[in-house]
Amino acid sequence: MKEDHQIWLELYRMMVKIRRFETLTGELFAAGKIPGFIHLSIGQEASSVGVCSTLRPEDYITTTHRGHGHVIAKGGDVKRMFAELMGRSTGYCKGKGGSMHIADFSLGILGANGVVAGGFPIIVGAGLSIKLRGTDQVAVCFFGDGASNRGPFHEALNMASIWKLPILFVCENNQFASTTSFHYSTSVKSVAQRSIAYGIPGRSVDGNDILEVREAALEAVERARKGEGPTLIENRTYRLRGHFEGDPQRYRTKEEVENFLEKDPIKRFQEFLKNEKILNEEMDRQIWQAIDSELTDAIRFAEKSPYPQPMEALRDLYAEDVDPLFQRSLA
Amino acid sequence: MNLRELTNTEAMAEALREEMIRDPSVFIIGEDLVAHGGIFGQFIGLPQAFPGRVIDTPISETAIVGAGLGAALTGMRPFVDLHFADFTTCAMDEIVNQVAKIRYMFGGQAKIPLVIWAPDGAGLSAAAHHSQSLEAWFIHTPGLKVVSPCFPYDVKGLIKASIRSDDPIIFFMHKKIFSSKGPVPAEEYLIPLGKAEIKRKGKDVTLIAYSIMVLHALEAAKELEKEGIDVEVLDLRTLWPMDWESIAESVTKTHRVLIAHEACVTCGFGAEISARIQEELFDELDAPILRVGAYRVPIPFSPPLERFVIPGKESLIKSIYKILGKEMN
Repeated sequence: MKEDHQIWLELYRMMVKIRRFETLTGELFAAGKIPGFIHLSIGQEASSVGVCSTLRPEDYITTTHRGHGHVIAKGGDVKRMFAELMGRSTGYCKGKGGSMHIADFSLGILGANGVVAGGFPIIVGAGLSIKLRGTDQVAVCFFGDGASNRGPFHEALNMASIWKLPILFVCENNQFASTTSFHYSTSVKSVAQRSIAYGIPGRSVDGNDILEVREAALEAVERARKGEGPTLIENRTYRLRGHFEGDPQRYRTKEEVENFLEKDPIKRFQEFLKNEKILNEEMDRQIWQAIDSELTDAIRFAEKSPYPQPMEALRDLYAEDVDPLFQRSLA
Repeated sequence: MNLRELTNTEAMAEALREEMIRDPSVFIIGEDLVAHGGIFGQFIGLPQAFPGRVIDTPISETAIVGAGLGAALTGMRPFVDLHFADFTTCAMDEIVNQVAKIRYMFGGQAKIPLVIWAPDGAGLSAAAHHSQSLEAWFIHTPGLKVVSPCFPYDVKGLIKASIRSDDPIIFFMHKKIFSSKGPVPAEEYLIPLGKAEIKRKGKDVTLIAYSIMVLHALEAAKELEKEGIDVEVLDLRTLWPMDWESIAESVTKTHRVLIAHEACVTCGFGAEISARIQEELFDELDAPILRVGAYRVPIPFSPPLERFVIPGKESLIKSIYKILGKEMN
């Protein structure tokens, strides 16, 4: 098998893993096993996988409230993810973060963020730190179209540009800022156009075509590693689920969603791989089955894991655990 | 000990210089640093001594604080200069939602060795947007530590301790004390975060203060001494973690308490200290706890208006007479 083909199959496998993770998460949420809210990235898998497939383990990412896919694509452990979603002590954040706050600093995942555009200033710091330390790491900020209308986007792009920081600003334009359409809320036809204002390259790609996403990311990563500065990439995609699970979706029609089902990135890549004779029915079945078996194990791990002890709520605030009332040591 | 007289800004610059030599991951970031040496000249000499490690930024407070945070998360020890405490408002999401919460919400995975230094306080006719004392907001925010010293000795020791801390520090310094002088040892020392210090021993009343109010408190104590009133001045230096032990010890000795800050009285840090004293030490008190602070208005521009709004020595003296149930002469 050619090297490309192996990479392509790996990309496909990773997209399927995210799709199944998100689908099962939706089911667990509906069954009352996940508290709070969740935001699923179904339909946007090509963006997370296409970009993260170009990164090294030591590279950094920041992600968003819709961040499960990025964490998985960067190598996140699905056991600890499910455990976190269920509020268990074995979760990534020991149950303190939940769906919108998963991080794995050992994998360069500097955290999902509950604030839209919260990742921009942080990624500038990561990029600056790379530059000061003189390594060839890169830092990727995933964000949505809605975030490009917040101030931090503009401050961060300007700063990253003047210092030529090794950053990829990756917009997943899924057409909706929560429930408000991109066309209503944004002054430009494409988020990538905003790169012009900051003197950096901007590229808008079909975000449901994984190979196109990967190709754009490879180019931007190379540019960043060479010290040539940041790139703004817009992956044009579509959010197939609501803003949150349970969203009545009064802002769009069923027909619109159905129309986009045809452009599903996984379906498209699956057909491509089959046409290229890289994937056959049997292999495909095995891929989905192996992933489901891994995820089922992970869910079982999470469900068997204990909830944190209530007193744990008082730990992890500072470097030394202290009594939050009087700031005495908790030991 | 080899003592020199240094100003507060000299003490701070010396602390930064020592820490930058000691640890290559320390750097300074903010507006107007390299050519100008900081808006108050507080960093003069450092950009030349540490090329590339004193970094000028655009006027982008959100990105400046966020850049400090991102760098702190990835192996650096940033010292962020925020120009004026008033501009924390332009970076409030970064400070309150990100800097303060990242360690906790990610289950203790991250450390945040970050200092955000912000000149605060009134008295320079700088008006409503360059004169505020906002410490209470940050003491109220779990995850932050808040420092606000008054003397060069404390400034130097606490800057060094703050830079070495793995927790995020909001470091306030009152603009009116930048050039006030005090003895600073040439030998290296640190002052631990969370330790108050008695600046004047007394037995009649405990005056709890911080920042510029410590200077007013010492002046008031000196005047009251002539009237036979013996005031103990406790300088908190660090506001959070609060040094409860030192507060309790002094209150148990004097049984009377006045708390002073330049921030407005309503929901100021004095309210918190006062509430805790009455909760924990009610039986020790011989008089109601009083608070002195600014009126609850924005800081006005014109000198007589500003003088009226912010507290000084006179309001402290008046309050101490009231606590002691004595008539003023």
